[in-house]
Amino acid sequence: MITLFKLARRNIWRNKRRTYITAASIFFAVLLASFMQSIQRGAWDKMVDGIVTSFAGYAQVHQVGYNEEETIEKAFPFNANLQNLPQEIDGLEGFVPRLTSFALASYELQTKGVLVVGTDPESEHGMTRLRNNLVEGAYFEEGENSVLIVEGVAKTLKVNIGDTLVLISSGYHGVNAAGKYNVKGILKFASPLLNRRMVFLPLSVAQNFYGAEGLITRLSIDIKEKDKLPQVVQAVQKNLGDEFEVLEWEKLMPELSEAREVDTAGNFLVLIILYVIIGFGIFGTILMMAKEREYEFGVLLAIGMKRWKLGMVIWMEVVMLGLFGAFLGILGSVPLVGYFKRHPLDFSEMEGMADAYEKFGFEPVFPASFEFQIFFTHAVIVFILTSILAIYPLLKIRKMQPVQAMRG
Amino acid sequence: MVIKTENISKTYNPDSIPVHALRGVNIEIEKGEFTAIVGPSGSGKTTLLNIIGGLDRPTDGYIEVGGSDISKLSDNELIDFRRNNIGFVFQAYNLIPVLTARENVEFVMLLQNQSEEVRNERTEELLKAVGLEKEIDRRPSKLSGGQQQRVAVARALASKPTFVLADEPTANLDSKSTTNLLDIMAELNRKEEITFVFSTHDQRVIDRARRVITLEDGVIASDIRR
Repeated sequence: MITLFKLARRNIWRNKRRTYITAASIFFAVLLASFMQSIQRGAWDKMVDGIVTSFAGYAQVHQVGYNEEETIEKAFPFNANLQNLPQEIDGLEGFVPRLTSFALASYELQTKGVLVVGTDPESEHGMTRLRNNLVEGAYFEEGENSVLIVEGVAKTLKVNIGDTLVLISSGYHGVNAAGKYNVKGILKFASPLLNRRMVFLPLSVAQNFYGAEGLITRLSIDIKEKDKLPQVVQAVQKNLGDEFEVLEWEKLMPELSEAREVDTAGNFLVLIILYVIIGFGIFGTILMMAKEREYEFGVLLAIGMKRWKLGMVIWMEVVMLGLFGAFLGILGSVPLVGYFKRHPLDFSEMEGMADAYEKFGFEPVFPASFEFQIFFTHAVIVFILTSILAIYPLLKIRKMQPVQAMRG
Repeated sequence: MVIKTENISKTYNPDSIPVHALRGVNIEIEKGEFTAIVGPSGSGKTTLLNIIGGLDRPTDGYIEVGGSDISKLSDNELIDFRRNNIGFVFQAYNLIPVLTARENVEFVMLLQNQSEEVRNERTEELLKAVGLEKEIDRRPSKLSGGQQQRVAVARALASKPTFVLADEPTANLDSKSTTNLLDIMAELNRKEEITFVFSTHDQRVIDRARRVITLEDGVIASDIRR
């Protein structure tokens, strides 16, 4: 086998120019594919992480059915059992209790539908760093009759710090909900999705507004390690029983998860097209090589080389050539991807493009995701691709008659 | 008896325009013979050599090599048969270009799964016998045509074959290289009793052969022993 390997290795360098050209085409394919995938994954990770950590949390506890129909009627008491969860569940970092519902916000002659989030200011900041999102004014405190609004709401309603915002809604069990709140701060989120229609009230003030004393509609969960999310969710579910639903972010925001899947599928399609083109390039090399060396194959069969051994040499040649190109591609990709992880592609200064991305809820900043799995995947793809393409000369050798081969 | 053919025929394109390359050829070649098969182009020399060497199959007839009927062997059995029984010397040398002279000679023994010790000993012995002990680590591209053909002879003998088939072995060689090669082969034939069968046009080879079989239009026109 060592001899066959040696023979294959030397054969690769028989036609140096062709080897370099083929390796270069694989190099660029792997470089482009790794870069594309890293940017795509990095951008999505950033967006998901932004949305998840700045508001939703990696998982939430609701009363069963709340996710299907988000109504304040499915509010539940924030009791001691829920409050003790961090002590009982390993891997659970903390939580934020929230009472959320919709309301009509009004200032002077302007009105806008908003999502009211009643939350505990301290635990909210502990999990989502909400205070850091303040662009104007000050952070609120538990029990005070004040509201924090996002930039989108402030712009639409033309509200400034110190103004009074009126909220009107239907409360728990249909009670009338109405209240006036002092605008204490204006928030800005990285995700344009969150920046459009949220207003934050202290939890007790929101409970009072909706007539839902002591109740919450959701408990957002913070975890220590992202990879352990499924285990934590399972443990919380087990602890709380069937009365509650404990959902991961993918189920809470299926549109986000689906959009990611669709984008990944589109990216996958581009990668397939790229590899098909490269595949034809490699196949062209294999065809030329097989044709040029037909005579030599005939001689080797004539002097008694078994077909499978000859096939193995050719297979090793093609696969080694592919992996050589893939290795160079990975070698080139690592610093490139590393650079764009540290210095993300930033389109926020490009007005038209930034607006277009924001319109679809994307922050126009694309960092690369540096994952060895991506590089490794492309090496495996090249290995599989070349292994499949190497079947052609193997089939030729299987049927080859030395006399015909030596006649040319 | 090393080689025996009975009524060997070979017809190309039997279904369209048939070309009869061999028509009922009967030959018997004994161990240690130094035989030249001669004849004009298209007389069937190479076809006969290919059939004797198990590279091609006769359309009709019987062929026995070393006591076995090789016309009944499958393609893969023929590969094993050739590896263990026949040494080939081709007109265009056909060495493996990426291997050195030593590795080319050793290659056939590797295919036979010979031990490293046996391989090394035989390779050095053969390359010394063909006068290339100093060129042992050179690749074919660094050797002259005559030197390459001598490596090819060493390779043909590496597997300790029953006989060596040489198809126009001197066609690409100059006079000096031809004489040198023929001396080497004659010496190996005399010392080790290796059977050589050549197809050739070269008068110098014909002059050195101890038996000359002349083919014309696929039949044996003469068979002269000297």
